[in-house]
Amino acid sequence: MSPGRALLLGGLFLLLAAPAGAETIVQEVTGRFTVEGRYFPQSSIQSGQREQSLSVVAEPEAYLENEAGEGLVLKPFFRYDSADARRTHWDIREAYGLFFGEFEDSEWELRAGIDKVFWGVAESRHLVDVINQTDLVESPDQEEKLGQPMVHLTWLNDYGTFEAFALPYFRKRTFQGRAGRLRPALHVDGDQTAYESAAKQHHLDVAARYGKNIGALDFGLAWFEGTNRNPAFSLGFDDQGSPVLVPFYEQMRQVSLDAQVTTGAWLLKFESFWRDGERDAAQLETDYLSLVGGFEYTLYGVFGGDADLGMLMEFLYDGRDERATVVTEEDVFAALRLAFNDEASTDILFGVIQDLDKPTRTFFLEANRRLSDNITLGIEGTGFVNVDQQDGQFSLRKDSFVQLDLTYHY
Amino acid sequence: MKPMTRRPVALFLAVAFAAALTLNALPAAAETPEEKGLRIALEAEARDKGYGNYTADQTMILRNKRGQESERNLRISVLENEADGDKSLIVFNRPRDVKGTAMLTHSHKVEDDDQWLFLPALKRVKRISSSNKAGSFMGSEFAYEDMTSQEIEKYTYRWLRDEPCGEMTCWVSERAPIDKDSGYTRQVSWVDQDEYRVWKVEYYDRKKLHLKTLTVPSHQQYLDKHWRADEMQMVNHLTGKSTRLIWQNYSFGTDLDENDFSKVSLKRAR
Repeated sequence: MSPGRALLLGGLFLLLAAPAGAETIVQEVTGRFTVEGRYFPQSSIQSGQREQSLSVVAEPEAYLENEAGEGLVLKPFFRYDSADARRTHWDIREAYGLFFGEFEDSEWELRAGIDKVFWGVAESRHLVDVINQTDLVESPDQEEKLGQPMVHLTWLNDYGTFEAFALPYFRKRTFQGRAGRLRPALHVDGDQTAYESAAKQHHLDVAARYGKNIGALDFGLAWFEGTNRNPAFSLGFDDQGSPVLVPFYEQMRQVSLDAQVTTGAWLLKFESFWRDGERDAAQLETDYLSLVGGFEYTLYGVFGGDADLGMLMEFLYDGRDERATVVTEEDVFAALRLAFNDEASTDILFGVIQDLDKPTRTFFLEANRRLSDNITLGIEGTGFVNVDQQDGQFSLRKDSFVQLDLTYHY
Repeated sequence: MKPMTRRPVALFLAVAFAAALTLNALPAAAETPEEKGLRIALEAEARDKGYGNYTADQTMILRNKRGQESERNLRISVLENEADGDKSLIVFNRPRDVKGTAMLTHSHKVEDDDQWLFLPALKRVKRISSSNKAGSFMGSEFAYEDMTSQEIEKYTYRWLRDEPCGEMTCWVSERAPIDKDSGYTRQVSWVDQDEYRVWKVEYYDRKKLHLKTLTVPSHQQYLDKHWRADEMQMVNHLTGKSTRLIWQNYSFGTDLDENDFSKVSLKRAR
């Protein structure tokens, strides 16, 4: 941890300690331990990569609440991974103070500290979700996020929900180590990370969001200006003179819309952003539009029982097309989700993301089942099939994997 | 990528029928069984009006055919809203893997309810469909529609007969859901003529089979007015499974208001 980060954390804890003077009425420690095994059936491309890995995760959460309902949250995260030294990592997922109150007919809320914020409605890709950095070593689906230092103010009144964010410190994306699977062909050397802003990680990023629900429609309009969470890469060399990828974080600006219409068993979903200040794959700075849209339809009580069958389909588009820096530049996502609605809450999600102008196809499977009041079992699998040489995920062509995880919740 | 389908909903069966009317105020004859059934329901609702809000803890004990038990534990807050439908917030505590998951429901008299789910792992608020009325609530024998605010407008009514129930006399009436998404063709209920409490309900499924029976062993009165069940027992006759639902720590007249039932407050529900 850098001194800057340590100082910031120290400051946060001072801030967090302040309201603890009021009488505490709720004190709670909860959390989870997970044991996870991954198996890669195909031999690796890079030397030093292994066919299996074993990981253990601890994610405790401490919560204090005073009489007024104001709260303090501390939620660290630790992972040890047997195969990848970079996947062995820790983070403060959450460490914030929560304050709220009423002002005439409106409601306000303030969160100060490290927190996680989710924006969006889609399942295949969290397109407009821009506040937190991706903890990429956790999962290739980019769903896991690093804690983000912030001051987050919300104001809710009859006109909707207004939110403002000040993000004083930037988190670098995590990348796999040399021995890790699911990584680019060249090692990503985070130590050489460069920034467009002279303030580097201390650039003050800002964001705002307006959200509203009108009957069947829920939507959000957002604006973000600051350090791009997605790095560009340039070619560099490490100490030994071997070629490496060097992350470069640009300054960017985006406006976004996310909307969902919920009617009967249908969920209609749409997310889009317009972004400026990002270099494309040809190293040209272009502004562009990106979108994901689709639906989720659920059949209830299928097979004569309590099970629900959900059908999901989404279309993904990136206006830069061939010069997109994401793999989903023009793809379609289709999935089936079977929820048994049994005592064990068994559910299975199976789907595919198909590139529309290349043969690249990604299969994925997620299944969960509760074994007891405290223990759950999960199975995950990702299959990379027909990966095109031109595709951004060409280096993952041998990295199909299955994962089994057992979690103890307390 | 972890869309979640569990859609627990507020449970307040008692509200539907709990209400008041003195017997001597009943209009005489010339009333059809349909009119009488509706009148009992309306008067039951009227009697429970004005509760404002309440919170309570629920424990569900699920029992399968082999007698194995598992437990659900949650906290519910309800805000009365006479203009449209009630608002409710459910926060799960057990099983531990769903701890912190919360569900907000804005119910409506006629159209589908609005529902949002908060998933704490992703900190995501997801608007979900409320049309899965017949589905099981958390794997229990209670369906979502047994648990939502049961607005008068969502059913047609018919009084069947009077029948002794314990030391009291009960009206035995049936009601048929108007919504075609309902899992039931009709529900037959036993409501006592003293205090309009529901003691028993028989549920008939889409094939008109007697699917489930609910029995309520005891009620308690709060604020000298509002009757609430202490416990409910739902038995599924087709599967042999049953669920015991125990209500505890009722608290009426708390300082909850509209702001505690918003998408913003959903994110800080514990």
